[in-house]
Amino acid sequence: MSYRKNSLLKRPDWLTIAIYLILVITGWFSIYSAASTYDATSGGSFFDLQGRAGMQMLWIWISLAVGFSLLMIECNWYEVFATWIYMLIMGVLLLTIFIAPNIKGSHSWLVLGPIRFQPAELAKFATALMVAKCMSAYQFDLLKMRNFTTVISMIFLPMLLILMQNETGSALVFLSFFFVLYREGLPGAILLCGISAILFFVLNVRFANVFWGQTTVGECLVLALIILFSWGFLYNHPKHREHLKYMVYALLGMLLVSAIVDWWLPVFDWCWTLNIYIALMSVYLLVLFVYYRSYNYLWIALFALGAIAFSYSVDYVYDEVLQAHQKTRIDVALGMIEDPNGAGYNVIQSKIAIGSGGLTGKGFMRGTQTKLKYVPEQDTDFIFCTIGEEKGFVGATVVLLLFVGLILRLIYLAERQSSAFHRIYGYIVAGILFFHILVNIGMVIGIMPVIGIPLPFFSYGGSSLLSFTILLFIFLCFDASREYK
Amino acid sequence: MSGKNLNTERRKNVWIFVVCAIALIYLIQLFNIQILNPDYGIKGDGNAFLKRTRYPARGAIYDRNNKLMVSTQPSYDVMVTMREMRPDFDTVAFCKAVNISVERFKYRMAEIKNPKKNPGYSTYTPQTFITQLGNQEYGVLNEKLYQFSGFEIQNRTARKYTNPYAALLLGYVAEADKKDIEKDAYYQRGDYIGKTGVERSYENVLRGEKGVEILLRDSHGRIQGAYNNGQDDVESVPGKNITLSIDMDLQAYGEALMQNKLGTIIMIEPKTGEILCMVSSPTYDPADLVGRQFSENFARLATNPYKPLINRALNGTYPPGSTFKTTQGLTFLQEGIISPETAYSCYHGWPLGNGRPACHGHPSPLSLVQAVGMSCNAYFSWGLKAMLDNKKYGSVQAAMDKWRDYMVAQGFGYPLGVDVPGEKRGMIPNSSYYDKVYKGRWNAFTVISIAIGQGEVTLSPIQICNLAATIANRGYFYTPHAVKAIQDTVLDTLYTHPHYTGIDAKNYETIAAGMRWAVAGAGGTCHVANISDITVCGKTGTAQNSGKDHSIFMGFAPMDDPKAAVLVFVENGGFGATYAVPIGRLMLQKYLKGEIPPSDQALETRIKNSVILRNVIQKK
Repeated sequence: MSYRKNSLLKRPDWLTIAIYLILVITGWFSIYSAASTYDATSGGSFFDLQGRAGMQMLWIWISLAVGFSLLMIECNWYEVFATWIYMLIMGVLLLTIFIAPNIKGSHSWLVLGPIRFQPAELAKFATALMVAKCMSAYQFDLLKMRNFTTVISMIFLPMLLILMQNETGSALVFLSFFFVLYREGLPGAILLCGISAILFFVLNVRFANVFWGQTTVGECLVLALIILFSWGFLYNHPKHREHLKYMVYALLGMLLVSAIVDWWLPVFDWCWTLNIYIALMSVYLLVLFVYYRSYNYLWIALFALGAIAFSYSVDYVYDEVLQAHQKTRIDVALGMIEDPNGAGYNVIQSKIAIGSGGLTGKGFMRGTQTKLKYVPEQDTDFIFCTIGEEKGFVGATVVLLLFVGLILRLIYLAERQSSAFHRIYGYIVAGILFFHILVNIGMVIGIMPVIGIPLPFFSYGGSSLLSFTILLFIFLCFDASREYK
Repeated sequence: MSGKNLNTERRKNVWIFVVCAIALIYLIQLFNIQILNPDYGIKGDGNAFLKRTRYPARGAIYDRNNKLMVSTQPSYDVMVTMREMRPDFDTVAFCKAVNISVERFKYRMAEIKNPKKNPGYSTYTPQTFITQLGNQEYGVLNEKLYQFSGFEIQNRTARKYTNPYAALLLGYVAEADKKDIEKDAYYQRGDYIGKTGVERSYENVLRGEKGVEILLRDSHGRIQGAYNNGQDDVESVPGKNITLSIDMDLQAYGEALMQNKLGTIIMIEPKTGEILCMVSSPTYDPADLVGRQFSENFARLATNPYKPLINRALNGTYPPGSTFKTTQGLTFLQEGIISPETAYSCYHGWPLGNGRPACHGHPSPLSLVQAVGMSCNAYFSWGLKAMLDNKKYGSVQAAMDKWRDYMVAQGFGYPLGVDVPGEKRGMIPNSSYYDKVYKGRWNAFTVISIAIGQGEVTLSPIQICNLAATIANRGYFYTPHAVKAIQDTVLDTLYTHPHYTGIDAKNYETIAAGMRWAVAGAGGTCHVANISDITVCGKTGTAQNSGKDHSIFMGFAPMDDPKAAVLVFVENGGFGATYAVPIGRLMLQKYLKGEIPPSDQALETRIKNSVILRNVIQKK
């Protein structure tokens, strides 16, 4: 391994840096516009440190300084010290839960004199280094239970700690690590299980109160999907496909019988049929497992049974575990309640702000919806509204494409790394950015539920900007000093 | 390890696909809300912009001598924005300031919040709480306004009248109703609009143009100042002033003469068609229909059995009686049915009709001039029969339609187009009308009473006055109009182009001579109108009617250089000579001399003091 020394002579990826700079500067102008009142004369000066725009400018300079310093310094040590950094940050996270003051119900801010900082932001890059180091270790195999559990624990530890700080949004960001796990060989089935879990949850909640006769639509749909997914797994396992055929016939037969019973018994619930079918199917799969000695049948049976258990526990989770405001947010996101002044207010107003921008927008500093405070959190989580309103469809598209371009570029850069540590780290960076953009912009345009996470490089806030900069520039440093073949 | 990477390297494509797919979905959603769906932009503007109307001052109205008749005075509406009211609002102090009871306050509040009564209600926008606050209350409220968060005073203007005259001609201004708003998008709830009279017909001139002030309202409903530094605001344009052709003094005098009588006086300047006065009695004080007492007074006037809200000069149609004989003489002369020398006999009635229509005692036979002067019924019956039976028309129907054309050419049967709304067309029958009524079996005898202005014929008073003006002009008229000039605007050509009747001036001379005979000749019917130093021409009329006859006088003076045409119509006034002629005499003197000579002052007093009010059974 011969890394190039003397980092100024390294060749950083200027394209990524250019996109980064454009986003940061556009973000700063958006904050300047969002934070000032409509009457520009009463707004603060561009560089007034009292105003939010001024503060953000300060943070931008700090971030740039940190970022370019990171480019210049030697980057071998990250791999060496990743464990220590991770442990340090986890310690700080733990400490934060107890010493942070209560700010809007969240215990995530450390206050040091005039500076407020969110350690949760730093947890991203610390965990990224840790996971990258762990997964790039010699003889690491994700399919080995021990290795898999280790990685999952590394991801879930900060998530848990941040959840305890009551920062659900920041905690959910760690789900983006599955981005890299999949790339590094996590079986698609596991990811599919995860996606099914979300899908089953949504269907169960969304259609819990919709009925076809005596049948609950949500439950019925989930059971049907479980059967379809199980069949899909079986189909993917090409040996002994004839058993799949028998299972399909069995279901058709049972449905026919049910139809006859339904005719005579008006209070018939079709979920009974499907439940009985899944139980019988599982037994059948277990028999196949024993007969053929193939674990695949066991897994499929476990999937089916686990999915049933999961779907019946959703109601319990929804009713007993989730807090009231979280339930409302889910309900609003799923379109189950329409409440323009309550939980839906933010989204309605943000859609109005973006929608009123039209094709080319109202012009810089001329957005009425954001200026007149119709959009809440308009310089932090809802900053994208300012772009949408003042720069219109054209501006919003450009910003969205810049983000997409950045992510694709990062995937490209990650793939060209010769070191697994660097590649995995790069993927994690791309994944984290993707998750933020997916959730933040999706929320602002009314596709995703309201989850309070910032838009990278745009949203007002030093912790967020600095942590994204560190995250990105460490990877740029890796890339610049990569080994040339 | 590298071997395993080969297996999973393809997975980057899955991620690239997922990232691009999500971006595409988001772009579609952005396109949907920003470009396809206009609702968001509209909602956004509704959120942020508070459009506050700037009301223009309504144009003033002057009389022909530039005396101010109608102007504007400041008026104050109290507006309330519910959202800005504080919980500690002191209702009692507020009610005291604007001088209303607490019950009234609660009632108004409930009324405003009731979406049925107030469809455009919003807690964000100012709602009208009290209109046209009195000056004193305004002073008190304005001082204490800071205490009553949510309340504001909107400056408006209201009409101010110099004199209590000409109410029906001027018309009144009131809040635009649903119909007005539907008809013209300019109007919104709470706007004022001219409802009747000149205020209505010149509404577009008088109203000016509303301006708008665009204010920014934040999410808490607070005003955050002007949008775009006021660059998109529109100043209001004040209404234009108009000058009426009305002589205020003459109008006032006419109204004084008509007090306690029902009827109308109209005077027109023949050379221009300008209306000098238009009295309709009974009338009201225009100031009654201004301000907060509007509804109360309006209800009182609307239920008055004498109908003081109706402009009788335009709205009434009556049989014109003997005044109509002039039009018959003109028609027969022009058609060559008679010549000025033609004489017809009369024996207290029309011989061919076995004495019907009947006539009064006068020498016989009479020439046309004498027949007009003495108002012989038989003469014009002879004339009409001669015309309708004349073979040159081919049939009685054709003759009848020819007759009708003459009447229409003289301004009858259709509205003249006077610039004061409410004009009725009256009735001029034609052959198909009679064919229908008499199923085709009719002749001159059937319709003979139209020759003397009875029967099917009806005219409006303004049409009769226009007839007098046409005779004064010897053959043409200008459409009568009450507005002489509009600030910065050229008057409608309708009022500046003469209408010729198609009858020769020499025939008019004959009729004018007849009208002169009526005033000054032997046996003339309106000697009372004979003023020593003015050559008055006149014609009386008596319109039969279910009650006592209506008394009519039409005339003009001086004969050879006419300055004024006059029409006096007194309902139930009996013979023309009893009321209408003396009133005509006084009006002509007032206008031509500027004063009433001492010799006539007794007459003036008698007229002013006489009372003719039809007995009306008032409906409960």
